[in-house]
Amino acid sequence: MTTTPEAFPDVALAEFLAAHPAVPGHHPWARHAGDRDSWETLGHRLAAGRLDLLGLWGEPGRVHAALFEPATEVLAVVSLDCPNGRFPSLGRLHPPAIRLERTIRDLFGLEPEGLEDARGWLDHGRWPLRRPLSPKPLPHDGTPDPYPFLPVEGEGIHEIPVGRIHAGIIEPGHFRFRAQGETVVRLEARLGWVHKGIEKRLEGLSWTEAGRIVGRVSGDATVAYQWAFARAVEAATGSEPPARAVWLRGLFGELERIALHLHDFGFVCNDAAFALVHTHTGILREQLLQLAGELFGHRLMMDLIVPGGVAADLDAAGSGRLRELLRTIGSRFERLLRVYDDTPSLMDRTARTGILTPELARRFAAGGHVGRASGRDFDSRRDLAYPPYDELRPKVVLRERGDVDARMWVRIEEIRESLRLVERILDQLPPGPLSAPVASRAGEGMGIVESFRGEVLVWLRLDAEGRILRCHPRDPSWFQWPLLEAAIESNIVADFPLCNKSFDCSYSAVDL
Amino acid sequence: MSRELLLEGLLERPVTIPKPAPSPDALAELARTVDRAALRRLGRSLVIREVDAGSCNGCELEIHALSNAIYDLERFGIRFAASPKHADVLMVTGPVTRNMAAALRRAWECTPDPKRVVAVGDCAAGCGVFAGSYALAGGTGAVAEIVPVHLHIRGCPPSPMALLQGLLALLGGGRPSVHVRGGTSGPTTTPSSRASGAG
Repeated sequence: MTTTPEAFPDVALAEFLAAHPAVPGHHPWARHAGDRDSWETLGHRLAAGRLDLLGLWGEPGRVHAALFEPATEVLAVVSLDCPNGRFPSLGRLHPPAIRLERTIRDLFGLEPEGLEDARGWLDHGRWPLRRPLSPKPLPHDGTPDPYPFLPVEGEGIHEIPVGRIHAGIIEPGHFRFRAQGETVVRLEARLGWVHKGIEKRLEGLSWTEAGRIVGRVSGDATVAYQWAFARAVEAATGSEPPARAVWLRGLFGELERIALHLHDFGFVCNDAAFALVHTHTGILREQLLQLAGELFGHRLMMDLIVPGGVAADLDAAGSGRLRELLRTIGSRFERLLRVYDDTPSLMDRTARTGILTPELARRFAAGGHVGRASGRDFDSRRDLAYPPYDELRPKVVLRERGDVDARMWVRIEEIRESLRLVERILDQLPPGPLSAPVASRAGEGMGIVESFRGEVLVWLRLDAEGRILRCHPRDPSWFQWPLLEAAIESNIVADFPLCNKSFDCSYSAVDL
Repeated sequence: MSRELLLEGLLERPVTIPKPAPSPDALAELARTVDRAALRRLGRSLVIREVDAGSCNGCELEIHALSNAIYDLERFGIRFAASPKHADVLMVTGPVTRNMAAALRRAWECTPDPKRVVAVGDCAAGCGVFAGSYALAGGTGAVAEIVPVHLHIRGCPPSPMALLQGLLALLGGGRPSVHVRGGTSGPTTTPSSRASGAG
């Protein structure tokens, strides 16, 4: 029997979930055991735009999907057992799932039924084994697999291969442009080059060791990853960090956002051949990093957040220095902003370049500045309101145009808002201990934390000794990379660096 | 506004830090890995091709910082090039993944002699947090598994200051005036022969 969308009644996610048993010990959101039919139903609900796909990952013999229903703000995980090593593809109904399903096939050997794309994603054939995370990996001689790019036909189409290694100091990825004259007809990215085997590496580690690794899934978003991991461990074990730790986490998170948005704001200007702004943001960012290094012991704030609390404190003197520096940064940034806003040659490059339509942003549930610059009104700080944001209530800034300039403006407004939030955090930082004991208890937990590029999701399962049985970190870039390919279409090849930097997706985090 | 900023830049005190001393550890390692005559041939300028062979991108952030106005790498005659064919130095971050090993090797082959390889970060030295994974070249992801390494700059990630001091050692190591201190404990990894392995 073929299934059609009409076959599925228009029920809310909560009602749908009520029909499926919740798996005990999964926190803070419930995990439900689905069956093949319900998995199909979810695929159609995703395709109809009623649900957002937040994540899709595997483990031996099972797949999991994290889902969010914007209309009701219900969030849940649905799992499907795959006793015969197969599951109905969601990607064939809902394209955002495609690369995640190819990853599940590469790592676990589980076959997404009906998925047209048979090519590997992370597995390029260069590993000594296939299906490294399945119970029975297959040996492989390391001969690379062929990788046919999707065909493009038309008159005068030529092909421009760019990377793995790029001209600048950026991460490796391969971009295959098909262009007609200067205009991009199609861009197809091939990633996976920096696959480090993170999920396998995490297995069996204590959460202390694992935290250091998860904090390095994407070095630029280290605070968000540490935080999401800590929240997942705390959820799984039923532990609660003390108030001061929660607010310090907020402080680290907002400082990271300011530092990275400054970095990207400057780099987009630089990619438009406007070095002046870049030079000045570089100074502001460096001053912030130097102070972070002095106050917290690490410039990028790595290893500061641990399950149960934080590993660095802030005294009154440090707080004063931070306030002073951020005020300087705030006033200097406003002046740079005027340069950005008053320079026609710069605006000429960023306005109406690399447009991402609101429809695509919504369909891919694009997080961060990529989604918000195309009108997707979601910020996990506000919508999932994890502490301290339940009290801080950050303002969420939206733009509708979806071009490079809109993504710049979302960043600009977020820098302003983060500066305000840091002031409030410093005003309200409660006294007390920095950490609380974490119980040794088996369980499953999920943490979602807003990084500077969107929401980071970490899911894990612990055994009774606090060791990692399975851990999956999911970066917002999974749902942003494919949109870059859409945004560059009909732009000129020379605007690609600008578009790419305005998205600023992570390579390391999706290559895992 | 732009004019105002440019003018202020001329009138204000520079933000750039004074030249730091070259790292003694780096000088000691270079004394073992590079003969002085060869170093001298690099002269007083270095062109670097950066290759991310598997990094978490933390090292890249700090390498970027080298070019900001505070460290201002270019005043020492050191700059980054887009092609390995124009480079004296390959600056490699790791861990080198099996998927990137061939690309790294090819970049190395494209770099003209006499070339130097600087491995940046703990992962590039084979002792980062990811070591031991099936996906890393040689299991540890050490750069020396794929290409010969002359200098290691450790750290997770190394600070721009540590990077700068390492590069100044590479630049100054050939000059007679530079005194190489003995007895300092250098970084742990010794330059390996060109290892076989992924490719």
